[in-house]
Amino acid sequence: MFKTKALTRLTSMGALIFWVVLAFSDITVLFADIKALPSDVPQWLPQVMLDLFIISLFYYYKFKIERDESLNFTDLLWKVFATGLIATVISLAVRLLLFLLGSTPLPTNILFIDLVYQINLGLFINFLLAAYTSWKRLILYQKSKWLIRAWLAFELLLFCILVYDSIHIVVSSTLSNTAILLVSALGLILSFNMRWVAYLNFKQKWTSLLLLLLSIFYLVYFLYSVTILSDTVSQQSTAFIDFQSHVFSIALLAFVITYITFSFLVVLFNLPTSSVFEQKLEEVVSFQRISQSIQTEQNEESVYNILLESSVSAVFADAAWLEMKATDSEQKLYTHKISAQESKDIRAHLEKNKIKGALDQSSDKTKNLSKHLGSLKNSRFRSLLAFPIKVKEETIGTLALLKELPEGFNKEMTRIVSAFANQAGISIENFRLMEEAFQNARYKEELKIAKTVQQSLLPTKLETNLDFEISAFSASADEVGGDYYDTLRINEHEVALIIADVSGKGTTAAFHMSQMKGIFHSLAQQGPSPKDFMVKANKALVYCLERGSFISATYFVINTQTKKVHYSRAGHCPVLYHQAAKNQSVFLKDKGTALGMVRSLDYSNFVENQEIDYQPGDVMVLYTDGITEAKNGKGEEFGGERLAAALQNSAQKSSKEIEENVIKHLYEFSGTEDINDDYTSMTVKFQ
Amino acid sequence: MVHIKRLQEDGADIIAIIGEIDASSSIELDLAIAKSVGDGYRKILVDCNGLEYISSAGLGVFMSYIEELKDKKVYLVLFGLKERVLNTFSILGLADLLNIRETKSDAKKLVDELSV
Repeated sequence: MFKTKALTRLTSMGALIFWVVLAFSDITVLFADIKALPSDVPQWLPQVMLDLFIISLFYYYKFKIERDESLNFTDLLWKVFATGLIATVISLAVRLLLFLLGSTPLPTNILFIDLVYQINLGLFINFLLAAYTSWKRLILYQKSKWLIRAWLAFELLLFCILVYDSIHIVVSSTLSNTAILLVSALGLILSFNMRWVAYLNFKQKWTSLLLLLLSIFYLVYFLYSVTILSDTVSQQSTAFIDFQSHVFSIALLAFVITYITFSFLVVLFNLPTSSVFEQKLEEVVSFQRISQSIQTEQNEESVYNILLESSVSAVFADAAWLEMKATDSEQKLYTHKISAQESKDIRAHLEKNKIKGALDQSSDKTKNLSKHLGSLKNSRFRSLLAFPIKVKEETIGTLALLKELPEGFNKEMTRIVSAFANQAGISIENFRLMEEAFQNARYKEELKIAKTVQQSLLPTKLETNLDFEISAFSASADEVGGDYYDTLRINEHEVALIIADVSGKGTTAAFHMSQMKGIFHSLAQQGPSPKDFMVKANKALVYCLERGSFISATYFVINTQTKKVHYSRAGHCPVLYHQAAKNQSVFLKDKGTALGMVRSLDYSNFVENQEIDYQPGDVMVLYTDGITEAKNGKGEEFGGERLAAALQNSAQKSSKEIEENVIKHLYEFSGTEDINDDYTSMTVKFQ
Repeated sequence: MVHIKRLQEDGADIIAIIGEIDASSSIELDLAIAKSVGDGYRKILVDCNGLEYISSAGLGVFMSYIEELKDKKVYLVLFGLKERVLNTFSILGLADLLNIRETKSDAKKLVDELSV
């Protein structure tokens, strides 16, 4: 930044100094020529100074205009205009001075005229270079490799001409002619780059026209005054070098004039179409708004409103409505400059006349229904266009656009609104997908919580007694199941045991499991008979469990005084009991219906009290269906027989060892550690 | 995966289940029974000859209709259950709550008797 500022200052100072030297050396040369005196100043000096002046100014504008990114098109034109204005004002001021001097000998003095000429020439070149730099930016607005090369060649050629001008060595006339031809051709080709014009809006185009016109005026003025002045001087002195012989200036002038004329004409002829461009630009913006609305607004309604707004403004519709399927039977209506009643009338009319179109939700085609409106009385509308809005191939709504003019919609409009409708569909689809992803994430989070809850519901310590020892095992799949087991000491001689399986999975299962735990802990301590326990538990659960949910459970009371196990089975997997005396393992298949299933009938008819006399060495294995239904690679189930066999061959060991043996067999059978259900078992070994 | 077909025979609606019923496919079973009830059938037979496996969620579907069917005086009879499937029903004690017969003709007979 600082560097650029310093460079602009340096180049402008340089330009000024070079100009001063140019003016005085020229006057000196001229003076020497008129007086036929030997000149102290070499003849080539003014030329070299002019070149240096041009180069300094060239760099000055390079830093001032070309590098300034903040300038837009009209700013660039304004810069040219402003430079021209200042130059013209100074030039006119000099003219005024000349006029005021009137009949004094000074205005006719050749040297003074030369000074005036040099001032004008300096201003003129300054103006041309400002224009040249601005044109460069305009031409290179949309760069291509080819364009940049062409411009470089053009600039290089101009520089060669500048050097060639000052050294006065005629290499060959064909070469110089070729160079001039080439420069003109390049300049002409480059002048066709007018893409920037398309980006101007209507107002900017008018401003540009005015600025260009005034700039043309300045150009003509300067051309005129410089020519007059140089003619006057050159009539009196042969040493004077006319700017017209300065090929560089002529080339620069030609280029500036060509481009300014082209620009003026192109802008002028683009005036009538500028509204179309603005419209297109607005469409692009609307399009972007529709696609981005989801991210910013976070709801579907805003997409609908933006769609309605954009469509109306894109086709200049007089009214519109948007009908969206809210639920299966309900419709939601968004209207624009039309009452709900009016839109209802139109739809009713179309329906009455059995006109199939996008308005009945089943259609997926864009339809122009204008011709059918003619038969509707009392309607101010004469054109109707309907578009379906689709999400995943399914029509979720319709957009209807209305106009009071007959035949008000053309193909182009249909295409644009169709694109809007499609984009809105995509936005809504994205929105729904995002919602789904959120839901999923939330569900996963819930599951994690449910799993923690479930784990915390299982006891960390089990009751033990001199008469028996208990081991328990529980492993759950990724999805939360509802396996539950627990123990509770009722009194000195009695211990209650429960194993239960809640139907369903996830949070509801964990929730029901916690209810079961509550029921167990509150009922068991009162020491009811197992059947009573079940009847009461059923009564409590019937009103808590939703339709289709149930809990299978088996409740035990081990009495160490009477050496009996009292139990009741409510739909749970039958108990596997090993009798040490007979050395056999059997399933105790008693009657019993799961909790929560029997609602209106008397549940006491569906459960029974059972009892077993236990002996030391007997083993009782309680388990959930996850174990018996565990499958191997072939799809076979682990089943009761394998379970019984696993118990049979380890029945003499401790409860812990029996359990480990069963689980070892289970994992060997399924062949994987990944389980797809919950495995829960509780092993009781009597001593 | 489950495939459920409905066909009518002698004023009874026969729902045939082919495949396995787990938590996700139980919804289809639920829909089929709901439709049958909704259509006003008073005799519903469930053909379980093709039923290979039923999970607790599937049993829950049958269970959930017990009360409703009783109120509406609709009679539902299951038949052709494979041993494994029947075992699942009996362990849960659902066999006592539902009408289960071995063959189609037995089931028809029962449903006709019940609906008189």
